[in-house]
Amino acid sequence: MPDKPIEGEKRVFMTGNEVVAWAALVAGAEIMYGYPITPQNEIMHYWTRLAPKYGREFLQTEDELSAGFTTIGGVLAGRKAFTATAGPGNTLMQEPMSMAEAMRLPTVVVIQQRGGPSTATVIYSQQEVTMTTLGGNGEGLRIVYSTANHQELFDYTIKAFNTAWKYRFPTFILGDGYQAKMRESLTIYDPASRGIELVEAEPYFGKPGVPGVDRPPTQLRNTYNVEEELYEVLEGYFKDYAKIAPEVAEHEAFGLEDSDLVVISHGVVSRACKAAVKELREEGIKVGYFRPITLRPLPVEAIRETANKVRRFLVVESAQGQLARLLKEAAFGCPVEMLDLFKPGVGITAEDVVSRVKEIAG
Amino acid sequence: MSVQPAMPKSWRVDTKPHKFCPGCGHGLVLKALGQAIDELGIQDRAVFGCDIGCSLLAWDFFNVDTIQTHHGRTTPVITGLKRANPNLIGIAYMGDGGGYAIGSQHLVNAASRNEKITVILVNNTQYGMTGGQMAPTTLPGQKTETTPYGRDPEKTGYPTQGPEMVAAITREGAYVARGTVANLRQLKNYLKKALENQMAGNGFSFVEVLSTCPTNWRTNAEETWKMVEQELPKYFKVGEIKVPGGQKEGEANG
Repeated sequence: MPDKPIEGEKRVFMTGNEVVAWAALVAGAEIMYGYPITPQNEIMHYWTRLAPKYGREFLQTEDELSAGFTTIGGVLAGRKAFTATAGPGNTLMQEPMSMAEAMRLPTVVVIQQRGGPSTATVIYSQQEVTMTTLGGNGEGLRIVYSTANHQELFDYTIKAFNTAWKYRFPTFILGDGYQAKMRESLTIYDPASRGIELVEAEPYFGKPGVPGVDRPPTQLRNTYNVEEELYEVLEGYFKDYAKIAPEVAEHEAFGLEDSDLVVISHGVVSRACKAAVKELREEGIKVGYFRPITLRPLPVEAIRETANKVRRFLVVESAQGQLARLLKEAAFGCPVEMLDLFKPGVGITAEDVVSRVKEIAG
Repeated sequence: MSVQPAMPKSWRVDTKPHKFCPGCGHGLVLKALGQAIDELGIQDRAVFGCDIGCSLLAWDFFNVDTIQTHHGRTTPVITGLKRANPNLIGIAYMGDGGGYAIGSQHLVNAASRNEKITVILVNNTQYGMTGGQMAPTTLPGQKTETTPYGRDPEKTGYPTQGPEMVAAITREGAYVARGTVANLRQLKNYLKKALENQMAGNGFSFVEVLSTCPTNWRTNAEETWKMVEQELPKYFKVGEIKVPGGQKEGEANG
């Protein structure tokens, strides 16, 4: 059996779903639990072809509830386990991920967003932001990376396993139908060749010794008898989350120094926005660009700093303001004016953004 | 000086007395399970999973690694665990609601896939924790909070025959039995065989246990016992239903 799926690095031309399968492999994922839903199916297709060659496992479950809960079981056994879903599957996945949130389990879930609500389209949207960042009957103590291209799908899938096992919060890669299905070139690599150390998985259950004799038993629950008991547990979690948030939060930005309008977007839409901002700047229109890479936790400090400096935000997204709501909360009290370009469930081009900015600029 | 009966070695002493209502059958099932774990010597690698519902009160019951999951979802959690580390012995413990209503698709599919786990389902004919509503196993005519005039099978169907269903959809290698808290020696034997079946890697093991709920049945000791000893077995036949490559208990040799 080959030791390493990738030696050094390699230039490839792949679909995003294939990229995720390769990234999970080099990240040391040991088992995938999955249930088919478009547009993430090929993650499973590639995984089931690659995994046996490297001694990794797969189980096709009966639904997404089961895929999420079996992923939890895999994590409890001490394996790097993951799953992938989209749309209505993401809805079902919120139940197990609430449990992962309650028990601080390092689950990794790849979401390839499709149109919504309900079945909607099988193609594309950015309409799973609210559900992925804040879904479930809790407070949304989770980590969500929104990727913009195939290179990031690879980089951040590896990172997601490390973040999950390091901080023990459920971790999501938020991609979309375009990223899932289109092909583009990227460099895949062995993480070690870039000095990326993989965080080791540890078993929760089945550690050496007899529980109660040689060691205390590991006993996890997500139910509490009294309000105060739950409050105390959650206070600890909130403290942990607040502490790690600045370490985990990521963003990219340019042109903020001399602009009073800043275009903000995430994921694949940022490609159109960046192209538009560059074009506008070449025309002499001073526009800046800002992109949160983590949607949960948001890079709040950077957002507030920008919101205190510039006059207007133009939020661009393929949803009816799901990112905008997060930004409004983050920038609460800042003197910035929020403008928008929303096309729910529809792709956005650089031309769309250029014409919207020109309309605003007058 | 009174002598207390010995607790199973695998019980966690500092969480006793347990949290179940007086007269509840869970304590008896968990005692039989504790003895089975002791006799098989698997305390170090057994993993106990319990559902939401009364079974969740067992989350710290044993000196065994334990997870308390969601309504009906214990089966996939234990499935995922067992797939990821086949050396562990996965025990999914649930009620009739968790196994036959909300989690039935997980039970059916785990059984169909012949997952090498052990599912123990406690059947007390109603939902205990939520206050005594109808369950898939509620008897015809039985009064519950959502069948206040008695369950009418024309409207809500007949009691689910769980082990019979599991026996029908599993292939060779499965072990299926129905025990009762009215016969603990037999129950312990079934639980042991269900765990041994998993340890041998044969396939899915399923034991339904007829149990008691005097709180929601609103029965005194005598009526409770009459219900579990006489009424329940009329609908739910106690005994082994499927035994891999062997003879069912009570069958004549030769």
